[in-house]
Amino acid sequence: MGKRTPLYAKHLQAQAKIVDFGGWDMPLHYGSQLQEHHQVRRDAGVFDVSHMTVIDLVGERVKEFLSYLLANDIGRLTQRGKALYSCMLKADGGIIDDLIVYYQKETQYRMVVNASTREKDLAWIIQQAKPFGVHVCFEEGDVAMLAVQGPKAREKVLPLLPADLQQEAANLKPFFACWNQDIFVGRTGYTGEDGFEIILPVAQVEAFWDAILAAGIAPAGLGARDTLRLEAGMSLYGSDMDESLSPLESGLTWTVAFKPESRDFIGRAALEAQAKTNHAVLVGLVLKEKGVLRGHQAVYADTGEGMITSGTFSPTLGVAIAMARLPAATAAEEVSVGIRDKRLPAKIVKLPFVRHGKACIDLDAV
Amino acid sequence: MSALPENLKYSQSHEWVRLEEDGTVTVGITDHAQALLGDLVFIELPEVGHAVAIEEECAVVESVKAASDVYSPVAGEIIAINSALEDEPELVNTSPYGDGWLFKIKLAEGDDNGIAALLNAAAYSETLS
Repeated sequence: MGKRTPLYAKHLQAQAKIVDFGGWDMPLHYGSQLQEHHQVRRDAGVFDVSHMTVIDLVGERVKEFLSYLLANDIGRLTQRGKALYSCMLKADGGIIDDLIVYYQKETQYRMVVNASTREKDLAWIIQQAKPFGVHVCFEEGDVAMLAVQGPKAREKVLPLLPADLQQEAANLKPFFACWNQDIFVGRTGYTGEDGFEIILPVAQVEAFWDAILAAGIAPAGLGARDTLRLEAGMSLYGSDMDESLSPLESGLTWTVAFKPESRDFIGRAALEAQAKTNHAVLVGLVLKEKGVLRGHQAVYADTGEGMITSGTFSPTLGVAIAMARLPAATAAEEVSVGIRDKRLPAKIVKLPFVRHGKACIDLDAV
Repeated sequence: MSALPENLKYSQSHEWVRLEEDGTVTVGITDHAQALLGDLVFIELPEVGHAVAIEEECAVVESVKAASDVYSPVAGEIIAINSALEDEPELVNTSPYGDGWLFKIKLAEGDDNGIAALLNAAAYSETLS
């Protein structure tokens, strides 16, 4: 038996097919992964993401600490509630994890990191925080987390929030959060749709889940979460990146703040050196023929042999899509992919594939 | 999950076989198999005219999450494929024993074409428990 979130019984009640996900018993789908995918693109769905780790960082020097810990620049957060996506690197530039950090006040930030990396992340953060005197508080089964996503997610969830949060939550701009003593609401997500990510006490989550379902928001599992995030061009830790790879090799150069040059951060020197080389790159692919792209399929480019890191059939586009790592950037428009005994052509495209329910690539040109 | 049709034969690898009046057989995958795979999005079928051996990999069914081989439960020659699956692979999910059939085989001559070794509904059902 794996670890279970506070909503495990609710998932069974909703007919979830449970799978092991990094040691957690999580819902893969509640009947149809495809339907759940479309539900989120067209209306609203809710994901239990309570397995993720919430870390609160508190101290006089917390901003200085995060400025050193993260590859993205915490100095960009100047407004209350603003969120930042960043990688956390080793000195050699390898990615320990990717995460979101929210600015709450000068002496307090909230961070959400992956479930599968929890132990090593905490060990790393606690170790790095010591010289800064920053207190690292992590929730041990005290909070639950729901992601409510889709074009109608916000309007359906707002009436369910506590009265003192409703107005502020309604006015949240994308990538901002608000909170009261119990509940934390961020206008963030992992699907390419509008919506909220909500952190709340375990004691409240079952009733909140029931209210969300009663409001016409359908439960969606990890299967749909994966196809949605891949369509949205969002990377998955462990598949598209890991400790042996840098952000530059993982399509995440945009998350590395090399400016201001005065800011030192862990991994900076390694990334600066790597940036001058002909390093590996991550690209988006669309299969030009029928079939399905999958992780670990070989990719043949004019710059050498690479590999698909995440691949799937895109329910929104009706074609196979993937992220692939090539040994070096290519000027070519096409590669071929080894699928069983065949090599099929795939077009290189700019990510994302889908955003806010709409195709971002021209399928007629594929 | 619905009850197993009594008029079909089954393989341990979750294919079903229906013996037609003209002596040919129709092959598909069982309701159990489609439920395990989840929503199907692509099906690769064999070429008509292809000769298949017992337990030869001859088709691939792909769901959003995984690809799975389909093995020929019998020996013979592929005489028809369900081309409707090219545009509607989900027929295998919605009608595994009906519109979601995969291919038809003309059985090889002789007693060793594999048909005798297939399971009846009760025996297949036991393999699932």
